[in-house]
Amino acid sequence: MLELFFGAETLASTVRLSVPLILACLAGLWSERSGIVDIGLEGKMLIAAFAAASTAAFSGNALLALLIAIMVSLGFSLVHGYASINQRGNQVVSGVAINMLAAGLAVVLGNEWFREGGRTPALSSDARFMPIDIPGISSLYDVPLIGVLARIISGHSLLTYIAVALVPVTAWALSRTRFGLRLRAVGENPHAVDTAGISVARLRYQAVIIAGVLCGIAGTYISTSLSASFVRDMTAGRGFMALAALIFANWRAWPALWACLLFGYLQAMGTRLQGVKFGTFEIPVQFINMLPYVMTVVLLAGFIGKSVPPRASGIPYTKDR
Amino acid sequence: MSAKGELPGWVDVGLIPLLNLFVALLISGVVVLIIGENPLEAMWIMLKGAVGSIKGWGYLLYYATNFIFTGLAVAVAFHAGLFNIGGEGQAYIAGLGATIAGLSLEFLPWPIVIPIAVLASALFGAFWGFVPGYLQARRGSHIVITTIMFNFIASSLMVYLINYWFRPVGNMAVESREISGAYIMSFREMARVFFDYRMPSTPLNPTFFFALFIAWAVWYLLWRTKLGYEIRAVGANTDAAVYAGIRPQRIIMITMAISGGIAGLLAVNEVLGAQHRLVLEYVQGAGFVGIAVALMGRSHPVGIVLAALLFGLLYQGGTELSFAKPEINRDMIVVIQGLVILFMGALEQTFRPWLSALFFKVED
Repeated sequence: MLELFFGAETLASTVRLSVPLILACLAGLWSERSGIVDIGLEGKMLIAAFAAASTAAFSGNALLALLIAIMVSLGFSLVHGYASINQRGNQVVSGVAINMLAAGLAVVLGNEWFREGGRTPALSSDARFMPIDIPGISSLYDVPLIGVLARIISGHSLLTYIAVALVPVTAWALSRTRFGLRLRAVGENPHAVDTAGISVARLRYQAVIIAGVLCGIAGTYISTSLSASFVRDMTAGRGFMALAALIFANWRAWPALWACLLFGYLQAMGTRLQGVKFGTFEIPVQFINMLPYVMTVVLLAGFIGKSVPPRASGIPYTKDR
Repeated sequence: MSAKGELPGWVDVGLIPLLNLFVALLISGVVVLIIGENPLEAMWIMLKGAVGSIKGWGYLLYYATNFIFTGLAVAVAFHAGLFNIGGEGQAYIAGLGATIAGLSLEFLPWPIVIPIAVLASALFGAFWGFVPGYLQARRGSHIVITTIMFNFIASSLMVYLINYWFRPVGNMAVESREISGAYIMSFREMARVFFDYRMPSTPLNPTFFFALFIAWAVWYLLWRTKLGYEIRAVGANTDAAVYAGIRPQRIIMITMAISGGIAGLLAVNEVLGAQHRLVLEYVQGAGFVGIAVALMGRSHPVGIVLAALLFGLLYQGGTELSFAKPEINRDMIVVIQGLVILFMGALEQTFRPWLSALFFKVED
């Protein structure tokens, strides 16, 4: 029982499943803190996952795959930025469009390039981001208790360590650097920032670009590390779960990490508990699967705590004349 | 707006949407080119597949029926300034209402069961729309996020319910047994039973006319009733509406219930009219197509019916295209859909300054 809920296997898989959530959640954090709502995290991750898997399949080079995926995701990000910043379009509509465009393009292009109905070929281990065993720590795997910890820390891919490292970096950048403070100001009160002679559009574009890069890494992780090929709709709502985590974290970096780990844990349990019986009672995994969304709705409704978005998020900025 | 004045009405409702649609289709054509196929030939196959035969028309109108419902649902919410992304979940939950009513009232004659099942679809959909509406109005949670979450909750809930409650024991396919009590016959079946006439096989059924009626009803509601006026007032200017004695919170809840109810009617076409059973994931993205349809139809019922027909054509034509040319996957429709939403929704103002300049130059 304890093994099932808190064993090394479950916890290690929690970490693995949390990584795309963490990256996407940080992407959303950057974007929304600057005042740009990003419903399109899902689509950007999906198209990046596709770009990474295709590039890796053609070239066999994981790093090149990461680079191309980031560029593709960035392209989608810039479309969203152009629509939301220059055209002052509806950001939610733009996000929905990006999700559809990504879902459609990935399958259409994948079908044309690989003729497998939108799948990409299975990748060899050279073309993937493989688990790295940290020398000192991996020898501790079989030690009781410490082994569990060792397996949480070691045995993940490079991208996992990047994702985790980006949490303190984001927290620090947003609260301690001039850029971060300005960026947050632009999400709360763009008029004040504009009055101070700083370009609102430039700051927002920077935020959108960061979001694009992060989604690119997240997508690469999904198709080249978590699995070894691209299949249609493989992001499976992770972009929306990341949005939920962002709300849960009240738009802050460290809480975002915990929220993503919690949701990752629920995902891991959802897989682990499939068909497991406690006596004659079987927990329907569907209820575990819906838990993150239910929790977010309850939180948003203010029944537990309160979550407040950046004040100017979703509102296009118009200079006063 | 610029001092030069506004563009005439026909440019706003006619030219700009058509231009945006054209650009969306143009880029879709580029994608087809990238795949190495001829876009004009592809378009011809799509057109022929959709409107070149009775069967094509049948499917076109059948798909359009779904899109009219989901498009109207999005549009009604738009008029109150609400963005209901939850049509997908509302329609999915509505299937539950249709199925429960249809299966539990089997002992009654169909003229009684079908109206009850239709009502149950609307009520279940309305409930799934009302809750986010309530949370927005009374608890201040944002409707966009809540409706997205409700889509996922609906998805998991339905997997559970269909799997554990509705699936007959020993049945491998995850679906309910046949809802014979509320079986809406397709036109094909009617022709065979009543006139002994053989028609090509299509799932088109009388729900199509019901959808047209609902489109008229939405028009009547929005532009001819007090409630409709209040909905539009809240959408246009909430503060002004408050001064006019309208309670926006009440209107938000009512609008979301109506919106969800209309989305729920999709279950009538799909569950009662076409599949005759509750099937896993039966909505298949029609809720999201509704967003494109509402944007393209400019949230007006006439525009929505036209846009729904266009998307019906794209869906049926796209299916035929993927049979004729396996190189072009059926998901090409999703690409077109995304582009339409992008250009009709988020980038709709892109060509306006350019058009304005052109227009006033000509007029001078």
